[in-house]
Parts: sequence; structure tokens; C-alpha cells
Amino acid sequence: MRLPYAKILLPLALFIAATAAHAQLAIEITGAGANRLPVAVADFAGERIVSQALTSVVRADLERSGLFNLVDATGQVVGDSVDYADWKTRGADALVAGNVTPAADGRYDSRFRLLDVHKQAQLGNQGYTHTTSQLRATAHRIADFIYEKLIGEPGIFSTRIAYVVKSTGRYELQIADADGSGAQAALASREPIISPSWSPDGSKLAYVSFEAKKPVVYVHDLASGRRHVAANFKGSNSAPAWSPDGKKLAVVLTKDGGSQLYLVNADGSGVTRVSASSGIDTEPRFSPDGQAIYFTSDRGGSPQIYRMPAAGGEAQRMTFEGSYNVTPRPSPDGKSLAYISRNGGRFQLTLMDLATKQTQVLTDSAKDESPSFAPNGRMIIYATEVGGRGVLAAVSADGRVKQKLSIQAADVREPSWGPFVK
Amino acid sequence: MRHSIAIIAALLLAACGSQPPAPEQNPAGVEDRTPRAPTADTKPVPPADFVDQFGVASLKDPRSVLSKRAIYFDYDSYIVRDEFKPLIEAHAKFLVNNPKFKMLIQGNADERGSREYNLALGQKRAAAVKQALQLLGAREDQIESVSLGKEKPACAEATEACWAKNRRGDMLHSAAREF
Repeated sequence: MRLPYAKILLPLALFIAATAAHAQLAIEITGAGANRLPVAVADFAGERIVSQALTSVVRADLERSGLFNLVDATGQVVGDSVDYADWKTRGADALVAGNVTPAADGRYDSRFRLLDVHKQAQLGNQGYTHTTSQLRATAHRIADFIYEKLIGEPGIFSTRIAYVVKSTGRYELQIADADGSGAQAALASREPIISPSWSPDGSKLAYVSFEAKKPVVYVHDLASGRRHVAANFKGSNSAPAWSPDGKKLAVVLTKDGGSQLYLVNADGSGVTRVSASSGIDTEPRFSPDGQAIYFTSDRGGSPQIYRMPAAGGEAQRMTFEGSYNVTPRPSPDGKSLAYISRNGGRFQLTLMDLATKQTQVLTDSAKDESPSFAPNGRMIIYATEVGGRGVLAAVSADGRVKQKLSIQAADVREPSWGPFVK
Repeated sequence: MRHSIAIIAALLLAACGSQPPAPEQNPAGVEDRTPRAPTADTKPVPPADFVDQFGVASLKDPRSVLSKRAIYFDYDSYIVRDEFKPLIEAHAKFLVNNPKFKMLIQGNADERGSREYNLALGQKRAAAVKQALQLLGAREDQIESVSLGKEKPACAEATEACWAKNRRGDMLHSAAREF
């Protein structure tokens, strides 16, 4: 009796799988750090009992960061006694060894040790209990643990990214793991979606949708799929940015005339005006301490970046080189500012050290837009164009590590890197 | 004729879209939002009280100056060029003669640069057209100026000719409705 169903369902399942694979963000590494730490990740004993190899995801995460040189250890399992001399010969400075065992409730225990090959000592160990569907998430947490122990800052392998995919006549706001896998649509529309922005706790996205034939700001709860209008006044409503406490949004409204900065509560109540210029004020972003707002303004005759107190007050101009500097994004530590500058007709991702005011162009592309820092400040994801198609790219803050993220036959744009996962 | 019906349909859609706070919608609601052809929402144009050069019927007449609705702008500029003043005068006169009609002005920008800055630039263009119409007697509450930034280009090539078509303000009339 079950056969007919199987006959119907199997092709259907394949079709869904094919569609999902088609929509997958493919990541290509196009540059790496100068001094990469050699690390070997041996297969975990017993990992073959789970459907998908844990260690291959760990290795891919570390490799993609551009900070590690992966010493080949595929197919090898390290037990209780470690042949340190052998791993030293192979060039590994650090070694990861672990095992996967079934737990009583159908879940699995994945335990691992991080070893210093030269000191022949353990740097740390950790264990996670997980289901098979949590395998990738577990691998990302293991990679985060290794990254933090070896690099000395939190890893971002467990974070997520949001972005907009445009295919013919269709826009999708998608969310994927930082490695591009597991993409899911939060919103699909026939009208444009721009400026997605993560709430500080990662539970919501604010964005601008044109479904009402004009820009309106929404706040979308990701767990429930419910959303509400955060700003829909006469005129245009755009550029939402969360305050660090997650209670307010800085938005751009035109209800009183030109594009100006306002604050609204995240539920859409209590709107107050923050900026008061006769020109364009847009693209607000809070400083990490919440005390200041960076924004773009043409008050000086050309679009430049300014900073003003979040409560309102006098604005200070931040950019002076060139006639087009837009889209300010302060780094998570508040020490630098990423933005887009126009250099001889090319729009390029640029980084400013806020203490010295030194600037560095980080890319050699021409149509960069919408930069977004990873929560550890190490990488910046941005939109650009390759071969006439919109792709996402990521570059390290030192300009060395480079990645390209693309989807076949679609434009990808408007990336926003989510916060650390608690 | 078919063309003008499509325009009126677009106008009515625009009017629906500009009502205050859109009711909460779930994502499925957006996805289900109809059909490829906007003509599915075509509704009859309300009968005209009178017909004259700037009457309601002239909106549908391709020979009328009112069939032209686009104002084009220079790069990084939101100044209405002199060549468009007669067109703006015609639309202003229509709004004065038809006080129950409203207008949505959608400002647009070319593809170069930041999406949000271009949205603000498109808004400036829409506001400039609105101000010109008001100076000629149209009421403030008859007109809403909004921006589509660089999100809805009329022309998709990376050429100056194409960019010039996208630096635009579109004047969309709609029958009496509250904004």
C-alpha cells in the first residue's frame, strides 16, 4: 500500500532538494591571510555513525576564515595516545581529536580536544550533545571553540547572514548560515526589499519593503514569521538601524519635507526627529555604545559621512577625501568605520581608522554597496557586481582574506551579518 | 487605449498603496499578492463630471499633454529643467480643475551608488515636482511624493542614455481617495 506514495513522493523530494541546492550560496575563497596557522583536524572516532561527517564542516569553516592552513588529516582518527612527533613532522602546530558516541535518547555526544603539538599539551576540550539535524550547528560551534582558543577572539561560524535575492520579477529576503548553507526565505515579494538589519539579539529583522508601491519599514520576527509596520508615514520610510539595546530604530522619514533622521520605538510608536538639515540626511547607524549616530548627508554640497549625538545635536563631518562617501558602518569595537567611497567613478569599500583618520580601500571592484561587519569585526560582507550579476563578497578588515558568495542565475544583494548566537 | 487602461490601473494601485499604515501582513500574504498582470486589478474610471482640455477624460487621451507623466533630471540633481515646466503646468491645472483627484509622485534614480542615498535623491526629485505643482495652485493634501530610489529602473543597461531615463519623477493621478 505504501508503494504508490513512495513513487510520488520520491521525485517530489528530489525536486525540492534540487531547488534548495540551486538557491544555495556558493562560497569561493579568493584570498587568504599572510601567516596561516597550520592545524590538523583528525576524523572523530565514530563520526561515521551520523549521516554526515562532522569534521568536514569544521575543516571548511577554519579554511574559509583564511587564518588557518589545514594539514591533511582526513581519514585518520587520533585516540588517547597522540604521536606528537608524527604531527610535528607533518607541519601541524595544533591538532583536533574527538569522538562521537550515541547518547541514550537517540542523540549523540560529540567530544573533542584541542592539542598544542609543540608543547604536547591540551589547549582545551569541549563536548556537545546534539541530534543529527544539529550536526552542522555542532560543527560550527566546535570550529568557533577552536578559532577562539587559537586566534584569541570569538569565531563567527555559528552566525547567520541575511540578504536579498532578486530573480525575474521576484525578491526574497533570505537567511543562511555564515557558510551559505541552510538558506531559508523570510519574505517573498514581487516588489523590492532593501536594507535588512538584524536586531541586536538576532530574533528580528527590520527592512524596507516596496510592496505598497512606496518604501515602508517593517520589523519581522523570525521565529513566528509575524511582522509589523515600524514606520509608514506620508512620503518615504527607509534605512532602519537598531539601537544597541534593541528598543529603538533610527529611520529616515520624509513626512516633514526632505529625508531626515528620526527615532521610533521598535513597535512603531513614539516617533521623534533627530536631525534638522535642509538637505538629505540618511543611512543612520548607531555607534556600538549607542551614544552617537553615523549618517550620510549632502549638507556640505556632496554626500559625505557625519557623526552626531544620538539624542540630537551638532554633527561633525567624518570624510573629506573625494566627493562621494556613503553608507557608514562602525566596527563592533567602535574603532573603525567601513563605508563606500567613489574613486574615479568606482564605488569601493573603504575602511577608516577613527583614531588616526587613516583610510584604506579594501577592494578592487567598482560597484560595492551595503557593507556589514561580522560581529567579531574580522570580516566585512558587502554587495558588488561580477560579470553584470550581483554577488556578495567578504573581505577581512586588513584586506587580505577575500571570499565571494554567489547564487546561480540570480542577483544577490543587501547583505547583513547577524549577531553572535548566544 | 489598452495602454491608458493599464496606466489608470497603475494609478489606482498606487492610490491603494499610499493609504496610511498598511495592515499587518504575513509573508504568505505578500507572496500571494496577485498575478503577473497588474491589469487584473483594472477598475472602471469614475465617470467625469465634465470634459474639457484638463478634464478627467483627458487623462485617458493619448493625444493629451496629460498622457505624459515623466519629468527627467540631470545626474545627482533634483532641479526641474525648464523644458518640463509646460508639462507640470498642465498637470497642475488638472489638479486645480479636479480637486477630488489626487496624485502620487514617484521619484527615481539611476543605478550608481548607494541604494538608500539614491532613495533620498529620488525623494528630492519627487518633492521638487510636488513643490512646482503646489506653486501652480495644486493643494498640498492632493499630492504625496515618495521615492523608489534605484529599485524600479525603467531601463536596465549601464549606459548614460539608460541612466538618463531612470533619473525621473512619475506623476500618477488617482480618483478621489484619502491618502
